[in-house]
Amino acid sequence: MCSLALFPPPLPSGQTTLCESNNELLSGTTTEDQLKQVWSSPLSLYFPRESLKLHSRTESSSKAAFLDHSETLWMRSAATSEHTLLEGSGCILALLQKVSSFHGSLFPHLTLSSEDMIAEFSQVLNWSDCVVRAFAWHPHTDKFAVALLDDSIKIYNPKSATTPTLKHRLQRSVAAVQWKPLCASALAVACQNCLLVWHVDPCSLSTRPSSGCAQVLSHPGHSPVTSIAWSPSGSLLVSASPMDTAMMVWDVASESCVPLQRVGGGGVSFLSWSPDGSHVLASTPSALFRVWETRMWTCERWPCVKGRCQSGCWSPDGSRLLFTVQGEMVIYALTFTDTPGVGLCGGPQAAAVVADLSETTFNTPDGDIIVGGEIQSLAWDSTGERLAVLLKGDPHAADRPAIIAVFKTRTSPIFELLPCGFVQGERGAEPRLMQFHPSFQHGALLTVCWSSGRITHVPFYFLSAGVPHCGLSGSPSLPRPQTVPADFANQSLFTELMS
Amino acid sequence: MCCVICWRAAASTAWAVLLLGPITAALVILGRFSLFHPIQTISECLSLLTSASAVFSLILLCGVILMIGFLNLEYYTVIPTIACSKIALLGQLLHPRQLVNSAVHCVMGIVVAWCCAITIGGRYETLGYTCPQSDGDSSSQMCLNEYHLILLLAGAFVGLSYSLLGVIHNMNYISFHTVQQYKYLRFKGALPLVVKCSATQALYSIRNFIVVYFFLGYIPKILCLYMNKQTIAGLLDLSLVYHLWISASFLLFTWHITLVLFRIFVTELYSFPVQSSFTEDAHQCLAKVLNEKQPMILKFLALQDLALLSQHSPSRRCQVFSLSQPGGHPHNWNAISKECLSMLTDLTQRLVAYHDTVATNGRAKSLSTGSERKTSSETSVTSGTEDLMSPRPTLLMKTPASVFARSVVGTPRTPLTAPFTPDLDSPFASPALRRLTAPVEQCSPWFGTVQSPHVKNFLAKRVLIMYLFNKLPEASSQALFADSQAHIWALEGLSYLVQASFSEDQFGVVQTALPSILSCMLVLQEAVDRHFKLPHASSKPVRSTGSMGDSTHKTLRFALRATLKTAIYRITTTFGDHLNAIQMSAEHRKRLQQFLEYKE
Repeated sequence: MCSLALFPPPLPSGQTTLCESNNELLSGTTTEDQLKQVWSSPLSLYFPRESLKLHSRTESSSKAAFLDHSETLWMRSAATSEHTLLEGSGCILALLQKVSSFHGSLFPHLTLSSEDMIAEFSQVLNWSDCVVRAFAWHPHTDKFAVALLDDSIKIYNPKSATTPTLKHRLQRSVAAVQWKPLCASALAVACQNCLLVWHVDPCSLSTRPSSGCAQVLSHPGHSPVTSIAWSPSGSLLVSASPMDTAMMVWDVASESCVPLQRVGGGGVSFLSWSPDGSHVLASTPSALFRVWETRMWTCERWPCVKGRCQSGCWSPDGSRLLFTVQGEMVIYALTFTDTPGVGLCGGPQAAAVVADLSETTFNTPDGDIIVGGEIQSLAWDSTGERLAVLLKGDPHAADRPAIIAVFKTRTSPIFELLPCGFVQGERGAEPRLMQFHPSFQHGALLTVCWSSGRITHVPFYFLSAGVPHCGLSGSPSLPRPQTVPADFANQSLFTELMS
Repeated sequence: MCCVICWRAAASTAWAVLLLGPITAALVILGRFSLFHPIQTISECLSLLTSASAVFSLILLCGVILMIGFLNLEYYTVIPTIACSKIALLGQLLHPRQLVNSAVHCVMGIVVAWCCAITIGGRYETLGYTCPQSDGDSSSQMCLNEYHLILLLAGAFVGLSYSLLGVIHNMNYISFHTVQQYKYLRFKGALPLVVKCSATQALYSIRNFIVVYFFLGYIPKILCLYMNKQTIAGLLDLSLVYHLWISASFLLFTWHITLVLFRIFVTELYSFPVQSSFTEDAHQCLAKVLNEKQPMILKFLALQDLALLSQHSPSRRCQVFSLSQPGGHPHNWNAISKECLSMLTDLTQRLVAYHDTVATNGRAKSLSTGSERKTSSETSVTSGTEDLMSPRPTLLMKTPASVFARSVVGTPRTPLTAPFTPDLDSPFASPALRRLTAPVEQCSPWFGTVQSPHVKNFLAKRVLIMYLFNKLPEASSQALFADSQAHIWALEGLSYLVQASFSEDQFGVVQTALPSILSCMLVLQEAVDRHFKLPHASSKPVRSTGSMGDSTHKTLRFALRATLKTAIYRITTTFGDHLNAIQMSAEHRKRLQQFLEYKE
């Protein structure tokens, strides 16, 4: 199952992907004028690295240069007298150390610092060096939140002139942000030591909401938080930390949580709630992930052969889960057929490989480019017709760039994958983070955050097959994808009929 | 239907009795543990566990657990009683029903402590022992074994404090979890907390007991000789303290386990039939149970079932939307929606009434200050900390206003007072009290004699009274929303049913009720918004961790506010612009438009 070879070749350097229309990805050369034109729209943003005041970084570096001198003389003398006493219990300590190092060798991630751990398990490519560390569209309106390298969060709304900036003492190393569904104001933020839930009044004119607007949710041992997910009904929030074997289910209004403890795996690194609310994917730092059903909160274990589950996404009806495994270059699919009324999920027996993204060489005017390899993250749009895959590439090799490959997908009557194309940015810019707009009217809108600090939006114009259209009598404003006979477009990569 | 609860209580108590065996074995091992003779300890323990006295004490302990289980069933509540002031809390503690509870727990504590004494053995085993006469007489006489006595008294003390703390922390309140889990998993999850709580609470209780015994131990000393534990050295016997702590932990652990099992079993989801084919089962139907007032727990279970079926079960939703066979009336939907709406309206009225009381106080203030200025220039500053929700006892009505004011100033302000909300307790926002006291003080004999020295003593007394009668901040707000779990489920149930009706309601039965549902929710939303503007209403309660008491009731109003908003959004996002076709008042339409534009 070769797949990337069926894709149209990547654009020559200097050209950027603008949009998909008439079943083709359109591109343009980026001159400065066009740059201005394209990015003059209110939602396209540019955060130059120099513009951010990186106070936290300098603070930590200066702290490291000095010795900690908080111990008083008395404490130090007590420590020396205790030292002799401690020698007796030294063997016990050594034993404890052995046990903890054994534990660490079982789960090597436990020895990482919390910043490194967030970088390791984040869905963002090269998180620690990223200007935009997290991004979230509001599920119902055209506003979004951007978490920046300087630990601030900005909220952009095209309908409002104010851009609130959220800062909080505890808002450090933001790993993920997500808006609460069925709510206009609540934004959950996964931080280094806790979870914050901001309540940003959309009608307020304040540009700096006070830290009193944020609820702090913390639980001992549950840090750093690397992933969060709201239930689609907006009632619950789950959070995960690779240090904690329990996944927390929060009732945010009452600030109470229920830990769902499962020992295997050594922690929880990534969470994804299915759009129909019935399942939650919870991957662990070791080669194991779980799929929870949310009625009685029981889980299925899914051991992987090679590595941990790096990323995953659900089809809009929640029946299909696509996921990738670290160290493998394929996308797997699991199908869930929920029998109504029964609490347990009728799960599949094994995951099927639906796409092979192994390295493929393309000949471009600029020379050979190798595309493919390991996958950083997956995103599926809310109509279930476009699947974006962020490929890691190799940062040290110039001919192996990180790139976004977009597939066309169909979920009914059978599951199919077709190639669509690559999404590329300006010269030298690497995609770091991507997300689909949850409620785009004319198809799908992919938002990409680039290493240069730019945020751009790539629209995919198509008529969704699943949504009934109002003006069926008139011809649709944009032609249906199937009508254009491109030689690669109808070549299916995967259909359920094949397997 | 009540037998459901009884069976559940019986099952939970049976599990607690079954768990007693392993817990007692753990007690034996911990109580008799000796670091230097581990093998001897094990053999001793094994022989003890098979002895007749151990079996007898185990039977006694089973009886205690059954009794505790019965008390749990007798005293549990799903709507917490919230004391609005210290005096109300005192009243709760001295209520005859509570006194019986305390007495029974005291006796049970003694019985458990006796069993502990038997199982730990050694010097604790018997109440009396033969001691040689001090004057050299060869004949011996029975003496009281103080170790045994201390253990028994400690048991009584811990039992009593368990009962009293139960009132203070609302231990008999049963909250329902938002996250459904199987009973075993829930129990497993609760176990570490139970162990931790029992151990820490035992430690505190034993500390308090030792202090009490140190001061009051002379009472049993009158009765007998050879008591030396009243000295500090006597009480610093580490082994004694350890055994006291172990037995107190054992006592609390078994009781807490019983309580936790009771909570888990009782709150388990119960699936009511939406409609039954037989008339004799009709009283078990969801709509029937919803409409009944007593017992409250069944209504709560029915509401929980409604909220979950509306969310998860299409087949049961279909039954709700169905029409009756002869006649074609949507009886199920009508009964369910009517009850949910009446509950929500009830809450709205309660909130409006409360708000009106507070508002009239504000207006009365400006009037009364005017009249007071006419009568006296002195009483310019006054204060009250009460509103009409909790009627003030009459003795305070005679208090001269200025005396009262000083005592208020002397009362330490609680840190819970939200700094950003206008403070009702401040001297400038005087509520009802002044209006009530104003006519009295003019004919009061103390009027104008505030400065006289004998008042000092009087003032000191007033400080105590103020402490007792001072309203606990946010308590009235908590009391207003005490049963809001029911409203939360009603909102969830209604909104999910309305959402599902968009695609599942074949006969349009929901459509007819949609305007009333929306207006009911919007009115409630307005009332809740107004309530949260009051002082203390939006201040967060202090998290109490490490206690077995359930503090869910303290945050119910926040949960209700969030659920209400989500419920309205659920309806507006589902129906979208179709809602414009619904008849409603202009004000509500404006409010709804805010929701449609995601601006709330």
